[in-house]
Amino acid sequence: MTTMTYREAVRAALRDALRDDPRVFLMGEDVGRYGGAFAVSHGLLEEFGPERVRDTPLSESAFVGAGIGAALNGMRPIVEVMTVNFSLLAMDQILNNAATLRYMSGGQLGVPLIVRMATGGGRQLGAQHSHSLEAWYASIPGVRVLAPATVADARGMLLSALQEEDPVFMFEHATLYPLEEDIDDVSEAADINHAQVRRAGTDVTLIAYGGTLAKAMEAAHSLEARGLNAEVLDLRTLRPLDMPAVLASVAKTHRAVIVDEGWRSGSLAGEIAARIMEEAFDALDWPVERVCSVEVPMPYAKHMEDAALPQPATIVATVREMFA
Amino acid sequence: MTRAAKRAGAHAKAPAVPAPSDNAELLRTMLLIRRFEEKAAELYQAGKIRGFLHLYIGEEAVGVGAMRALTPDDNVVATYREHGHALARGLPPGCLMAEMYGKANGCSRGRGGSMHFFDAGRRFFGGYAIVGGGLPIAVGLALADKMRGDSRITACFFGEGAVAEGEFHESMNLAELWQLPVLFLCENNLYAMGTAYGLSEAQTDLMTKAQGYKVPAESVDGMDVLAVEKAALRAAEAVRAGKGPHLLEFRTYRFRGHSMADPELYRPKEEVDRWREHDPITNFVRHLQSEQLLNHAALTRIDADVTRTIEDAVAFAEAGPWEPLDGLTKYVSAR
Repeated sequence: MTTMTYREAVRAALRDALRDDPRVFLMGEDVGRYGGAFAVSHGLLEEFGPERVRDTPLSESAFVGAGIGAALNGMRPIVEVMTVNFSLLAMDQILNNAATLRYMSGGQLGVPLIVRMATGGGRQLGAQHSHSLEAWYASIPGVRVLAPATVADARGMLLSALQEEDPVFMFEHATLYPLEEDIDDVSEAADINHAQVRRAGTDVTLIAYGGTLAKAMEAAHSLEARGLNAEVLDLRTLRPLDMPAVLASVAKTHRAVIVDEGWRSGSLAGEIAARIMEEAFDALDWPVERVCSVEVPMPYAKHMEDAALPQPATIVATVREMFA
Repeated sequence: MTRAAKRAGAHAKAPAVPAPSDNAELLRTMLLIRRFEEKAAELYQAGKIRGFLHLYIGEEAVGVGAMRALTPDDNVVATYREHGHALARGLPPGCLMAEMYGKANGCSRGRGGSMHFFDAGRRFFGGYAIVGGGLPIAVGLALADKMRGDSRITACFFGEGAVAEGEFHESMNLAELWQLPVLFLCENNLYAMGTAYGLSEAQTDLMTKAQGYKVPAESVDGMDVLAVEKAALRAAEAVRAGKGPHLLEFRTYRFRGHSMADPELYRPKEEVDRWREHDPITNFVRHLQSEQLLNHAALTRIDADVTRTIEDAVAFAEAGPWEPLDGLTKYVSAR
């Protein structure tokens, strides 16, 4: 075992990928000389050179599109977009090209591209750096959306993503980068098809992903003191959703709370709730509950931002009401 | 594998510079496009083809002349008005017609339609229907080739309307910054749908814009197939020689509306008539005849050959099967 941060784990996976596959290269804003906006790629430029660790201009559409073109032409680009809010500048390339080319071409083309980006709030960065737009991506057919919530997944899921033949969007919750955990010395590709039960329980299922996993775990801990045994399911892959895992847990607990940092309207939580209703209505003892972000642009002031985001206390309160 | 080893290996290609083609072939391809488009319009009226249909009539010299500068190994990125590029690239007319019919034997298996022709084998990377959207793709195709040390170049067609998009500016900058082998081919037909170039650009001189990115550029008479071919050969040679991206502006005109739905309220009929005097096919035939490079028999032969090709294409489309609906979600992803 070795102790590593989430940031170091992503870097380790990038290093493995760059070392093992000459088709792989990293490109994005400040990934080279600056070392990455979140210091993820620190040192990689020195190790692999400017051809394979490419600083780009602030041209999200062009460098994401260039990633698509390079992927079409036999390379395995990993594109870093600083935050999900910035990725909106590349949305034309992402939706109209990356996600459609295989289908539009009748299966002739494929886009094995990885786009990594930071997501989420909690750092007082205001309304243009803090949103959680995973649900938008997860609504697009033809792409895979990953949300590693642990250090092991941060390393393993990136390696698995490189085996994919279609675009993969990897959301790294920015508050997770300093997270430190023990992981295996040997890095290997992680399963990217299944959710994982992080805490087994019997009374209620807390469904979380990315930045909300730790909050759900904390809530489960508090609930235990109140005599409620919560199961915590980490979705890990947001598209395709591992619904069998969700349904299996709900069949056991008969109650579900989805903890989602996205806005409630049109959220992933809404999608999961609908699917539980469609497929496991009879298993439910209580309507599916959702703990989402309050529908405001993310405020700056700490107390306001805290109130806007899902918190362990909100999760606990929601669960207690289900048993009131 | 080192780059040097790769150069010596499977990826290495001798930079084969295409020789100027014979006049009959230039004429035949332009005529093929003209007749193909006329037939497509007719089939649209008959309800055989639906969706948007953007005709290349009037602009044939651009696609045909420019394509002559490419080897079969080069990459091509086109727009939604891409029938001409596809035909000039050598995509089978039957597959294109079938695609517009929405048939399973179409070049995109009925999933693309008129605006989205693809042929991976011919490195025809598609028709892109978001204006400017193909430019970053072209940059990436070229980036991959440059990183591997492959000698191919990427030709990227776009209209002057794309010049107003950020993707044009981002792509020009990135291609020049990284010295990528992209041949930017701007078809300036003066109208972005119904908006005249001069009404949408503060600086209408494309050469000045290109200069802003240090991209060598040349403006060419896009109604003269020989001028187009000559300029394209010159620019492609420079790009192939590692001199970074080049831009060519082809001054051209579409004789038909933007699409079949266009009532053409934005341009006077006299203007269209004036441009029709520069018809790239009529004028090329006149030139060949006056120089005694083409006799009447040869012209008749070309005409008959094109007519037969179009008939065959329609028959191929008519006979094609519909994609079974259990294949609706096929090709969304690799698995």
